[in-house]
Amino acid sequence: MVNIRGYLFRRIFQTIITIWVIATMVFVLFRLLPGDPTTMVVDPTFPAETRAALLQSFGLDRPIGEQYLHYIGNLLRGDFGISFFSREPVLEHLGSRVGNTIVLALASFLFAYPIGIVCGAFLATRRGRLSESVGLSFTLFFRSAPQFWTGMLAVTIFSFYLGWFPHSGMRSVGYIAANDFEKYFNIDFLHHLILPVVVSGLYTMTLPLLLLRNTVLETLNEDYIEMARAKGLPERQVIYRHAVRNSILPVVTAAAVNIGMALGGMTVIEVVFSWPGLGREIVQAVTRQDFPVAQGAFLLLAVMVLLMNLLADLAYAYLDPRISYH
Amino acid sequence: MFSNMNLIFRAILADKMALFGLVVIVLFAVVALFAPQIAPYDPDEIITDAETDVALKYEPPSTRFLFGTNNLARDIFSQVVYGSRVALLVGFLSALSVALIGANVGLIAGYFGGRVDDFLMRLVDISYSIPFEPFAILLVGLLGPSVFNLVLVMTLIMWRSPARVIRALVLSLSQRPFVKAARVAGASDARILYQHIAPNIFPVILMYVPITIGWAIIAEASISFLGFGPPQAMSWGIILQTAFASGAMRQAWWWMMAPGLSIVLVVISSYFITRALEPIANPNLVE
Repeated sequence: MVNIRGYLFRRIFQTIITIWVIATMVFVLFRLLPGDPTTMVVDPTFPAETRAALLQSFGLDRPIGEQYLHYIGNLLRGDFGISFFSREPVLEHLGSRVGNTIVLALASFLFAYPIGIVCGAFLATRRGRLSESVGLSFTLFFRSAPQFWTGMLAVTIFSFYLGWFPHSGMRSVGYIAANDFEKYFNIDFLHHLILPVVVSGLYTMTLPLLLLRNTVLETLNEDYIEMARAKGLPERQVIYRHAVRNSILPVVTAAAVNIGMALGGMTVIEVVFSWPGLGREIVQAVTRQDFPVAQGAFLLLAVMVLLMNLLADLAYAYLDPRISYH
Repeated sequence: MFSNMNLIFRAILADKMALFGLVVIVLFAVVALFAPQIAPYDPDEIITDAETDVALKYEPPSTRFLFGTNNLARDIFSQVVYGSRVALLVGFLSALSVALIGANVGLIAGYFGGRVDDFLMRLVDISYSIPFEPFAILLVGLLGPSVFNLVLVMTLIMWRSPARVIRALVLSLSQRPFVKAARVAGASDARILYQHIAPNIFPVILMYVPITIGWAIIAEASISFLGFGPPQAMSWGIILQTAFASGAMRQAWWWMMAPGLSIVLVVISSYFITRALEPIANPNLVE
């Protein structure tokens, strides 16, 4: 526990540096645009005086070094520019999308991990049986199938043929939430949430599943397992109480990385299910050439992934005092 | 290096699943090479009934149209055959460039250590925190969709995993007596790196080739599905995007079956090959 505060500060510092590097990368990327860099902040249909005002507010009439300082300054103030499409400030435009992506990613993660862990432990007990081959085949299938394709199949079967779930969107047409709590906690929303969560979860769960199965199979070679068996414990108890418990740590480590990945990896799911999240927003913004929105949405997403990784690391350091904070 | 290749082929031949994987990938490569000979129709041809001249839209799978036809009366089998070209091209090129760059970064970071190592490993950390699909859309959207830009974006994200693993290996290899002996004998850094150390990590580099092929094929399909695939090219992701955009999943389920299953088949195959190579790359894993 000596050094946990130092570790904390170092990780926070690292995260800030990474955010800065990514922001700089995005700046360079947008300056690579073939042609006039002003096209990325000024809509060609804007009137002349708006154009001049915008160019000045982005500092695009000044040399590149100064433009860069201006860009970083604007980001620090939370000024991401004005959307070409909706004509509102980018941050306002993106505000509600952030929550939608987080809810989707967290729900998918919370659905996938428990099921993946239980199935992984179960498969480890089924060496050489038919259920092992069937289980592993399904796992490999969902690990290899692109999520958008699994999503299309799910929509075809469960929405179009069976009619069990809505095929797109976040809530039924005409629904207006009475308050923020009701926005996410009502039956209609959950009904829309199930299909995208299951589809992305089927992919996400393959990681803890395979990881836990492999670790349990390795753990089963340990002496204390032989000891437990020699004591005459039933096999079920040997596996779940002794082997699984001692194999869970790599899964926890993977989970920490996976939460961040889940946040950044919702794009295709959001597009297939017309889920109004940040990933879908980037796709739409780039397609419409709405560059301020594309840039803002990407930066927000990257920051969310980084914060999630930071939180996961800190939680991990707190939970497992054995790791060294170097 | 040649004894390594021998070892690798024997490992693949000994593992039934890996052999299956290799056969599948070779088969798809042959299909891609001879696409014009194999495809019965042009992938963009609108097929009409010979007598009535009516376009044959939404034909279900039959002996004439193995995978059916789509909303514009185009033969899906021919599209899937041509689509294998982009998938495999992007897959192989990405794997090659990821292995090349990842291996070199790993070699340099592990061998020189110090500041060079610190800098390169910070870059690895940063690239781990960039969400892939949003970054790909941004880059391909700005630079323009093309096979080259797709390979570029995959390389920019994927070089990190071989780099990190190979660096760790090189770090320990550099301390071995044969490296010290070479240095004492007056060998240059480049000679030690590429003549003495590199052959030892070759199996690990090679292991990243099938993994990356599989990953890049899914990534290409996803980017194409999102509308940023190479233009004027048929690819599995583009077929699926057209199927999705036309909303035809309701009446033509067959439209999305063949391209999706092709992706699954190639990716599973690459996974099986990787698994067979693992014991050569990490001999410690085998008891």
